Amino acid sequence: MSLRSPLSRVLGSGSAKEGTDHWWLQRLTALALLLLGPWFLVTFARLDGYSEPEMVAWVGSPFNSIMLILMSVTLAWHSMLGIQIVIEDYVHSPGVKVVSIIVSKFGHVFLGVVAVVAILKVMLGS
Amino acid sequence: MTKEGRPLSPHLTIYRWPITMTLSILHRMTGVALAAGFVAFTSWLAAVAFEGVPYDWVHEITQSVIGQIALFGWLFSFFLHLSNGIRHLVWDTGRFFEKRQADRSAWIVVIATVVMTTSYWFVV
Repeated sequence: MSLRSPLSRVLGSGSAKEGTDHWWLQRLTALALLLLGPWFLVTFARLDGYSEPEMVAWVGSPFNSIMLILMSVTLAWHSMLGIQIVIEDYVHSPGVKVVSIIVSKFGHVFLGVVAVVAILKVMLGS
Repeated sequence: MTKEGRPLSPHLTIYRWPITMTLSILHRMTGVALAAGFVAFTSWLAAVAFEGVPYDWVHEITQSVIGQIALFGWLFSFFLHLSNGIRHLVWDTGRFFEKRQADRSAWIVVIATVVMTTSYWFVV
């Protein structure tokens, strides 16, 4: 006989209190990157030159800056989820594991914010 | 508790190395490599945007031997992670799980990666 309520059983989250968020977001960001990644590689390869003014013009165009911001955020998110799994699988000491995951998450958010601010600064043309 | 010579369940070392295992490992390794690539990507954006980060560095680094090797590695990693990622997404729908199908899709990933990496590197 189970003491768990029917609702708790059917939700099936257990003590983790969450279900498939990590798995689902990894797939969702993967799908987005399936479009954004090739877009970046193809358009970047078709540029005429790669000097600083040319880069500023390319990054700063409205469409490119929107796509680059989307890509930076998605990339940071997808990478954060992936690196978390790698840490969870290969770092065995519980303390080091938690610290590594925290460092990784802070690092990913930091890089994502730097990328977005950089793109915005170029786009707003300061 | 421990007794010598007890029978163990078969572990990794007992199997002939299959292509699917290679790709599973490569998917992780390329994922980690691409995370490092994200650092480089952000640094490049910072060099474009911020005066404190001179753009000359980008030229110097990307033209150096180590820079070229890194760029090639990231390109390879991107295409492998991309094609094997599609393979994973197809698996998520519950299809192509049979052993022969998994072997075949693994080789498709290998060939696609080599073709895309070399054509991007040399043609584009």
